[in-house]
Amino acid sequence: MSRQDVLVTTEWAEKNLGTEGIVFLEVDEDTTAYDGGHLTGAVKINWTTELQDPVRRDIVTKEQFEQLLSSKGVSADDTVVLYGGNNNWFAAYAYWQFKLYGHADVKLLDGGRKKWELDGRPLTTDVAERTATTYTAKDADVSIRAFRDEVVDAIGNKNLVDVRSPDEFSGKILAPAHLPQEQSQRPGHIPTAINIPWSKAANEDGTFRSDEELAKLYGDEGFDGGKATIAYCRIGERSSHTWVVLHELLGHGDVKNYDGSWTEYGSLIGVPIELGARA
Amino acid sequence: MCGAPDQAVALPPGTDLTKETVLTGRVVADGQPVGGAFVRLLDDTGEFTAEVVSSASGDFRFFAAPGTWTVRALSRSGNGQTELTADAPGLHRAEIAVA
Repeated sequence: MSRQDVLVTTEWAEKNLGTEGIVFLEVDEDTTAYDGGHLTGAVKINWTTELQDPVRRDIVTKEQFEQLLSSKGVSADDTVVLYGGNNNWFAAYAYWQFKLYGHADVKLLDGGRKKWELDGRPLTTDVAERTATTYTAKDADVSIRAFRDEVVDAIGNKNLVDVRSPDEFSGKILAPAHLPQEQSQRPGHIPTAINIPWSKAANEDGTFRSDEELAKLYGDEGFDGGKATIAYCRIGERSSHTWVVLHELLGHGDVKNYDGSWTEYGSLIGVPIELGARA
Repeated sequence: MCGAPDQAVALPPGTDLTKETVLTGRVVADGQPVGGAFVRLLDDTGEFTAEVVSSASGDFRFFAAPGTWTVRALSRSGNGQTELTADAPGLHRAEIAVA
């Protein structure tokens, strides 16, 4: 994996709108953003209803993922380009799920909606219709997904990267201030975790920082490239952004996203929790 | 930068301004509101804290804490920023001129 395999520029995207075999999918934190204007031909995915099981607390199953992509008109050999608002948080979350279920060619639009809009590139309100397909997914690749027991086992053994804001890490607040308070029972962080907020990996226009800047950022914060890594945040979307950085851009081999994240961990009975900023 | 509370900006029901520190304002270019600007809240070390998109009327709002903040706007009309000091809970206003 390298940057060229993972990211496309807004310039490339504009040239490739409507190209056969390339499907643009928009995933926004604000699920109404698509309706106000989107890339021509792009199809909307609603992360709250389409990337999560509607009943159980979990991401979609393989069968649900197959139904979703079939209904969106995506074929297994299509190049999928994901993009969204808020610095690609939820586009990165979708990217991680596409990788989990083995989609061969998936990319992120570097900078997402923000970069596209700041560039002054065109948006349309015409809703794209694609012919349904019969999509076959692969079995979930759990080498990139962490579950709660292995997170507890990772304390003191693996890199635990908490990508939330310093105030969430220290336990002062439970969720980012601009978001609905979907809360755990207890504040704080997993002992031995290092706090490297996702935002440090992005430029202000939403694009990822250069590989050199990213390598220095994590190195300076105590990330050990020789160890396996688990990234987490509150509900697994910001840590998907960091998972893309560590696994896809910097090429670290054993990196998992803990999508249960703090909403699960901070509600478990009996697990260790640490409060306060790390020295 | 901290003017009198502006009641024109509707806060969510139940917002307690004796406890909440609300930073609000408008993005303008040549005196005209700029909608769709990306407004970033930076703490007193310049560290990113949150980001919202300004409304059609150019308005933005953050729920923060007392302290010194920078609000920075990125837009098609240009970028700009201003400092905002909230010495106590309540409604604190700032205008960001972009050029």
